[in-house]
Amino acid sequence: MQHTLEQFFRALRAADVRVSPAEAIDASRAVAVTGYADRTLFRDALCSTLAKSAEEVDRFESVFDTFFSRDAVAMPPPSASDQGEPSDQDMAATESSPLAQAVLQGDNARIQQSMEEAAARAGVADIRLTTQRSRLTRRLLEEMGLEEIERIIANARRMPNGEGQGLADRLDEARRNLFAEAQTYVARQHELYAAGSARELREERLAKKQLNADGGVDPVDYQLMQALVKKMAKRLAAKYSRRRRAAQKGHLDVRKTLRRSMAYGGVPFTIEWKVKKVDKPSIVAICDVSKSVAAAAQFLLTFLYSLNEVVDRMDAFAFSGRLISVNDVLDDNAVEGAIFKVLQEIGFQQTDYGRSLQDFAENHMDSLDRRTTVIVLGDGRSNFADPRLDIMRQIHDRSRAVIWLNPEPESYWGQGDSVMNRYARFCHVAKQCGTIEQLERIIDDVLRSYVPH
Amino acid sequence: MAQSAFQTAISKDPVLTISPPAASADAADPLASVEALIAGLGSVGYISSRRIATALYMAVKLEKPILVEGSAGVGKTELALSTAALLGLPLIRMQCYEGLDESKALYEWKYGKQLLYTQILKDRMGEQLADAPSMDAAMDRLHGMGDLFFSEPFLEPRPLMKALREDGGCVLLIDEIDKSDEAFEAFLLEVLSAYQVSVPELGVIKAKTPPLVFLTSNNVRDLGDALKRRCLHLHIPLPEAALEERIVAARVPGIEAKLTRELVAFVQTLRTLDLRKSPSISETVDWARALVLLHADSLSPDVVRDTLNVILKFEQDIVAVEPQVVELLHKR
Repeated sequence: MQHTLEQFFRALRAADVRVSPAEAIDASRAVAVTGYADRTLFRDALCSTLAKSAEEVDRFESVFDTFFSRDAVAMPPPSASDQGEPSDQDMAATESSPLAQAVLQGDNARIQQSMEEAAARAGVADIRLTTQRSRLTRRLLEEMGLEEIERIIANARRMPNGEGQGLADRLDEARRNLFAEAQTYVARQHELYAAGSARELREERLAKKQLNADGGVDPVDYQLMQALVKKMAKRLAAKYSRRRRAAQKGHLDVRKTLRRSMAYGGVPFTIEWKVKKVDKPSIVAICDVSKSVAAAAQFLLTFLYSLNEVVDRMDAFAFSGRLISVNDVLDDNAVEGAIFKVLQEIGFQQTDYGRSLQDFAENHMDSLDRRTTVIVLGDGRSNFADPRLDIMRQIHDRSRAVIWLNPEPESYWGQGDSVMNRYARFCHVAKQCGTIEQLERIIDDVLRSYVPH
Repeated sequence: MAQSAFQTAISKDPVLTISPPAASADAADPLASVEALIAGLGSVGYISSRRIATALYMAVKLEKPILVEGSAGVGKTELALSTAALLGLPLIRMQCYEGLDESKALYEWKYGKQLLYTQILKDRMGEQLADAPSMDAAMDRLHGMGDLFFSEPFLEPRPLMKALREDGGCVLLIDEIDKSDEAFEAFLLEVLSAYQVSVPELGVIKAKTPPLVFLTSNNVRDLGDALKRRCLHLHIPLPEAALEERIVAARVPGIEAKLTRELVAFVQTLRTLDLRKSPSISETVDWARALVLLHADSLSPDVVRDTLNVILKFEQDIVAVEPQVVELLHKR
């Protein structure tokens, strides 16, 4: 049974329920207390030791149901013979193959057992890819002793006067059923053990997907990418909140300690430490939401909003023809819906960087101070309007850092109506940011390098 | 022993405090099986689902802390109180909050007494050392004196320390662990896995009988994996109608079955609405109490409107529900 439990843990890990060795030991101990007889008790005991959050409980239950479904083999009873019990003659003919006998008797429990044993020998649980399915099915059947059945069928067919014909037909039918059963079995194992690795592969691919690709982001991918962005943001938040805490350890503050000790007659009972003050960065995000950049803008905003633990203040502005503040829109709606709302509000005007920068300078320039990091997201294509570099210089001078993210590769900057290379002079960092993986890396840089001390 | 349980317990809601256990007289061992545990909890007024009882059973058998999650008012704290009552163990409660640190959770030195001690020490020391012939002799004598400055008599135990020193075992409730800082969470790890604490000046203090530890969390923030790993996990969902009716019947004596059915059905419908805070079990029980006080024997729209503020805790929720009351009453 220990082996079965180990397999079950593997299936759980594949379903993204984290099972550490210590938890595995706890689960085994729990099972030793409860025993296997009571299915509900068994399940609840495992659940309380292994699943550590409400979502994990859900996943645990679905894996448990798939894994411990014992009615797995449901072979139809051998039909053709009407006499119910297989004749002694048939039993004699199939003596060499216990499997064939089990099939003829319709003994599902024995078939199931033999399939489990064969699966362990064939290593079905190691399945990784869909393409392995047919090969593993074949191996599973071989291990179960299918060849022996095939030999019996061939022998029966060769018998004179068609005596063995009935037996051969029945076995042949059973063989087909068996094949179907083996296929479902392998498919189930694939679902149990390989689902996780397939998802990892998919996430990896999505992280590298170009956001401004033709046709935009596939709606199917979109949900996953949003989740991925949130996961990345959480990782960064954890990383940087730890750093902020570390900054609280300082040297002995002699003056404070002495003052505090006055109450105890000069005996320093409480010791005071100097605290390094670490400010959270405040971020101003200015996003181009015209069609070519909208997808990237959406992920950037999701990312920044998920960072609220480590970011002190976050102001977001969107522009295409004109610039507006989108804080309210973002607060009221989830980021997912917000971009569409913004587009409704400012419409699909021609992108005008100069005009938008001027809007920013007139209304929002005072939101910049020496602690602010400005993140601009745009392709820098201003449709040949005045780019207003003077305002860009002003923004550069007022803020702590200006970071420009451009979905286009660097070789395109300055070509056609792009004024990117001219804006780049007033940015501390100007980088290509076409995938969410690049996005994560850049935000990581922002938090590391541009946090005021 | 039961008496001391309720001296140490500082109850959040005095109305919900359970009367001292009558169960100890009961011959049946509540820990014999999960069924016995459900029955035992029932006898002290906690109607539990099978899953809750199983988790508790495992916690006792495996001597592991149990982390209880669920939205506010589903009976997380109550489970610990009831367990303490059922097992006849003292309950030690520690409420977590931001900024909670070792000196408030584990131990503190009695500064005032230490100060007096140093004063006495100074005087006595002068007498003792006055006749020493040389500096070396004085030092020898100094080392010969017992060093009491950091010792047990000056130790002021706080909840965690108290729980570990309770030789007959106890129930330790660490309430709303998610409100505390992550640093404190890390500090708890030693207590939870080995049932011991290290006091730098004294060494390791280990529990003779491991306490039964309950941690509760409202999911204000995600707890660390290290902490989760050391605990059994129990998520208490909002109950189904049948279970909730039994809870109300057990908690509100003298309520009529018809009223119970009606009000539980109404609360269950409310939970399907999009509200800022869905009513949980404690609200249902409070409401039932209120209705009994008002001598209502069935739910009429007027009664519901007048008492809506008992189940809904946000103005905008009340505003949203009030016009629909008649409709919602008909729905069931």
